Amino acid sequence: MGLTMDRKGKFEFLEHTADVYIAAHGTTLKEAYENAALAMFEVITDTDKVSPNDEDSVKVKAEDEYALLYSWLEALLVKLETTNMLYSKFKISNLEETSDGFRIKATAWGEKFNAEKHTQKVAVKAITYHRMKIIKEIGKVTLEFILDI
Amino acid sequence: MGKGARRHPLDKVPLEKIDNYMWRIPKYKPGMRVPGMVFANESLLKKMLTDRTLWQCTNVTHLPGIYKYAVTLPDGHEGYGFPIGGVAATDYDEGVISPGGVGYDINCGVRLLTTNLFEQQLRPKLAQLTSAIFKNVPSGLGSRRKDFRITAGDLNGLVVKGVQWLIDRGLGWTDDAEHCEERGCMKNADPGKVSTTAKNRGLTQIGTLGSGNHFLEIQKVDKIYNPRTAKVFGIEQEGQVMVMIHCGSRGFGHQVCSDYLRVMERAAQKYKVALPDRELACAPGSSNEAGDYFQAMACAVNYAFSNRQAIMHWVRQSFQQVYHKDPEKFGLKLVYDVAHNIAKVETHQINGDKKKVWVHRKGATRAFPPGHVEVPADYRSEGQPVLIPGSMGTSSWVLVGAEKAMELTFGSTAHGAGRMMSRSAAKRKYWGGDVKAALEKRGMVVRAASAVVLAEEADPAYKNVDVVVEVSDQIGIASKVARLVPLAVVKG
Repeated sequence: MGLTMDRKGKFEFLEHTADVYIAAHGTTLKEAYENAALAMFEVITDTDKVSPNDEDSVKVKAEDEYALLYSWLEALLVKLETTNMLYSKFKISNLEETSDGFRIKATAWGEKFNAEKHTQKVAVKAITYHRMKIIKEIGKVTLEFILDI
Repeated sequence: MGKGARRHPLDKVPLEKIDNYMWRIPKYKPGMRVPGMVFANESLLKKMLTDRTLWQCTNVTHLPGIYKYAVTLPDGHEGYGFPIGGVAATDYDEGVISPGGVGYDINCGVRLLTTNLFEQQLRPKLAQLTSAIFKNVPSGLGSRRKDFRITAGDLNGLVVKGVQWLIDRGLGWTDDAEHCEERGCMKNADPGKVSTTAKNRGLTQIGTLGSGNHFLEIQKVDKIYNPRTAKVFGIEQEGQVMVMIHCGSRGFGHQVCSDYLRVMERAAQKYKVALPDRELACAPGSSNEAGDYFQAMACAVNYAFSNRQAIMHWVRQSFQQVYHKDPEKFGLKLVYDVAHNIAKVETHQINGDKKKVWVHRKGATRAFPPGHVEVPADYRSEGQPVLIPGSMGTSSWVLVGAEKAMELTFGSTAHGAGRMMSRSAAKRKYWGGDVKAALEKRGMVVRAASAVVLAEEADPAYKNVDVVVEVSDQIGIASKVARLVPLAVVKG
């Protein structure tokens, strides 16, 4: 069991000295990826104060499921840094394996950061592969990963 | 108990005690090309045994072309690939370069300014000055100066020319560059090797402090240990006011690291480099992949130097706004700017021979001795200033590099305090508002964009920086010059 179960079991924060260690859960890999994104934005802000008013589409590809998690989160982080968008809702419409790896097509909903409305927590510098794990069980997927902050 | 605290299935790393401050990790398993060497006292070592620091030190010894041993410094703690507080030198021709040996925040570093003011002179205006700095230096989410927007073309110029690019545009004084590591500009920068994504992240964040452990502090000299060297560095008396800036290359550097980790992963396969950890991905120094990384990394190094330069300029402006006098009137001279996360080509004496090497410093400070040509001319009689920030609200240090560092640690020493307590544990234990109140009770002025950051950065969450510095001083890799304590803290 992790320390703090958040947002109705979607993810939890695990203990790690220097950075943020997350376990994201889902019944499918897609759902686990969505919850991983929600967890990352929960590190940055209180996602329940982020209204899902605007939508952005996100497409990423990567050579394996680990790199796909990395690239998916990184794509969202880049959107935040370049357009000031905070997201609180994610839907992966398509996750497919192709000849050269994996691909995600997704929509993220949120709004631009507004200092008066949104809580500032901690900026995420990068996603890392350190201790990254994808644990697949029957009807349950857990993604463990560390964010560099 | 959290999952991270559960014992992981890693082998126990054997240690041989050499003396009170040096512990060898012998070549105990296949793939280790050299031993590991841990520089720490017993209490710091005990702390390292609670996470993966030593295991990561062992992994670093697998890098092709590595010389002598993989170094873990007194502030060592678990990082990605390399431990934080890690140094490794690999042969220039036969060795590899690893972005994991530099880290995500390329050229995260520190710069220190002196002033000719004393605490009692500053006190009446301290709160006002801190507020002015907090307003002038963007920190926290999405924050930036409206009057400092640069184009994509400007960014290319800035990452090639480093701090000089800003000085030429009025953001700095002529002699600032002289007091930076690399004179504020790594020469081999090529923006053509940097992705558009990295540049886009860089454009929105240039001249911003960031968040987490980054900070800006107004400090005073608490104690001078080496008056002669201190004086040469412009540190004249106890009570003298200083300004310390700690930040890095922001999203620009993070993205360069991330992009090249991917490149290096493919390269490691291509060149058949077997590695125990994905984050150690590397390529032979002579390969195109490594060459590209090194040129892109240099861009991020220059971005970070420039970032600190811009912030310093706005600190000088803040003094001007508050006191209505030219900033020159207050001294506000740059003592030095050092990198804590960087890879460099250097020459080191190894087993009696001079060797050209790639030195990786990940959470480590260069600590060159007196007489070294890379030390600014006016400091050369003393050695290179080493700047070690403490955690929020505690002391920071000025040390000076020494010959022993060339013998033992490839001219390096520690870079900071190193965390003791996880961020979630710190948040459970402390509340941002209380942390602020406690600091204020001690006479400090605090301005922070995020209360969460204040709780996470509460100083008991860190190892005592004084112990780290004491060990560095005792080993003789960098010796104490002066201790600084904060009067005001600005955090993202």
